[in-house]
Amino acid sequence: MKSISTFFYTIGQGFRNLTRNRWYTLASIATMTACLFLLGMFYSIVANFQNIVKTAEEGVSITVFFNEGTSEDEMTALASQLEKRTEVSKVDYVSAEDAWNSFKDEYLGEYADGFTENPLEDSSNLQIYMKDVSMQPQLVTYIESINIVREVRRSEVTASTLSGMNRFIALVSVCIIAVLLAVSIFLISNTVTIGIAVRKDEIEIAKYIGATDYFVRAPFVIEGVIIGLVGSMIPLALVFYLYTKVVAYVGVHYSLLENILVFLPVQNVFDNLVPLSVGIGVGIGFIGSFVTVHHHLKV
Amino acid sequence: MDKGTKRKKKRIPGDEIITLENVTKIYPDSTNNVNALNGVNLHIKKGEFVFIVGDSGSGKSTLIKLLMRELKPTSGDITVMGYNLGKITHGKIPKFRRNIGIVFQDFRLLPDRNVYDNVAFAQHIIQVPGRIIRRNVQRILATVGLAGKYRSKVTQLSGGEQQRVALARALVNKPAILLADEPTGNLDPNTSWEIMKLLDKINAAGTTVVMVTHNREIVNEMQKRVITMKKGVIIDDAEKGVYIDEEY
Repeated sequence: MKSISTFFYTIGQGFRNLTRNRWYTLASIATMTACLFLLGMFYSIVANFQNIVKTAEEGVSITVFFNEGTSEDEMTALASQLEKRTEVSKVDYVSAEDAWNSFKDEYLGEYADGFTENPLEDSSNLQIYMKDVSMQPQLVTYIESINIVREVRRSEVTASTLSGMNRFIALVSVCIIAVLLAVSIFLISNTVTIGIAVRKDEIEIAKYIGATDYFVRAPFVIEGVIIGLVGSMIPLALVFYLYTKVVAYVGVHYSLLENILVFLPVQNVFDNLVPLSVGIGVGIGFIGSFVTVHHHLKV
Repeated sequence: MDKGTKRKKKRIPGDEIITLENVTKIYPDSTNNVNALNGVNLHIKKGEFVFIVGDSGSGKSTLIKLLMRELKPTSGDITVMGYNLGKITHGKIPKFRRNIGIVFQDFRLLPDRNVYDNVAFAQHIIQVPGRIIRRNVQRILATVGLAGKYRSKVTQLSGGEQQRVALARALVNKPAILLADEPTGNLDPNTSWEIMKLLDKINAAGTTVVMVTHNREIVNEMQKRVITMKKGVIIDDAEKGVYIDEEY
C-alpha cells in the first residue's frame, strides 16, 4: 500500500516538475526538437536517395544465354535455382519466341513479315535482376561455371557505378547521422544535466530527510522520459508534415521528374524514423536524468 | 582525561543516543591533509539539549555531517541510535536518517513549493499515506505557529517563518534527534529567541537536540550542556555551560 502510494507520488512529482521548472522543460524540449528535426530531415533525404539508387540497381540485369540443345526444362530449372539466391531479386525466362517477338516489335515492325523462321532460335535466355549489384561479379562467375551456359552478358560499368554510389551514400549518411547523433546526445544530455544540477539542493534535502535513491531519482527520470517523448514527437510531426508537402509539391510542379524522383511512401520513412527518434529522445531523457541524479545522490 | 577533551566536567549517566569514540576525520588534500576532527569522544543521552560551540574551522560542521552520515569518519566509531555509522551500508542510510531531523542556517526550503508542500515532502519520503500526511502537517504547523500560512509560498515568508517551516519539516516525522546547524544565524535577536523557545519546547517533549551555534547570548541564557570545540578537539564539555571565550 505504502509503495503504491509512493509510486503514484513519484509519478505525480515527475509531471509536476515539468510545470515547476517550465523554462528548463521548454529549453530541453526545444533542444531535443531542434536536434531530432535535423536528424529526421536528413534521414528522410538519405532514405530517398538510397531508394532512388536501389530502384536503379533493380533495373540492371544479367542476361544468360544457353548452349545449343539446352531444353526449356533445364533453363527453367536453373532459373528456379538462381531465384533462391539471396542477392537475386527476380529471374525471368525469355523463350526464343518471346525474344523474337520483342525484337520484331522494337526494331522491325512491318518488315518482320519477310521472316518465315525465327532467326533468334538460340536466343532463349534468363534475365536476372539483383537486389545488390555489388554482388554481380561473383554471381556472373558462378553462372559462367555452369555447363549449359554459353554466354553471360552484363553491364559492368553501370553495376560498378551504382554499387559505388550506394557505398558512397551509405558512408556519407552514416558519418553525418553519427555526427548529428553525437551533437544531439551532447546538447540534450547537457540540458538535462544543467536542469538537474540547478535542483541539487532539492535532492540533498530529500536525502537528508531519509529519501531512498529510488524516491529521489524516480521523478527526475519520469520528467526526463516525458521531455524525451514530447521532444521526439514534435520533430516527427514537423518532418511528417514537411515530407508530405514536399512530395505533393514535387509531384505537381515537377511531374517530368516522376521517373527519376521516386519518393518513398511516408510510412516507409517513418517505420524507421519513429523508433529512431523516440528511442533517442526517451533514451537520452532516461539515461541522462538517471546518470545526472546519480551524481547528486552521494549525500 | 579523554584524548581530544581537555576538560570534562561531568558525564551524564543514562541511555546514550549518540556516541563518538576516538573519532578522527581527515580531509585529504593535494598539498597537506586537513585534520577536521582529532580523536573526539562524545556521549549524548536521550532527551538532552546540547550546544556545540567554537570558532570557524573548529570542526562543528564536520561533526554534524558525521552525525548525519554525510561523511564517514577516517577512524574511530560513531554510533547514533544503535547504528554504527562507520559500517552502515548505503542502502540503510535513508532508514537511519529518518530518525533524525535537521535544520540549517539558510533554511534550505523548496522555493517553488508552498508551506504545506515543504512539510508534506518529508512525510512523502517516509511513505505516509495522504490523509495522515494532511493531519500530521496541520498538527506540526500549528505547533510552530504557522497553521494559517500553509498555502503561502515560502519565498514570501520572513526569515523567522521560513525557519519555522524548516523546523516543522524536520519534526513532522517525529525524529528522536534534531540536529540544528546555526538555526538562528540568519535571524534577528527576537526571532532567534522565538526559534529557541520552539527548540526548547521540542526538547521538553523528548527530542534530543544538538545545536551548533555562534550565538553567545543564547548559549549563556539557555543553561544547557555546552560542548566547546577548537581545532578539531573538544576543549570543554559542561553541563549548564557558558560560551567560552576564544582566549580560553
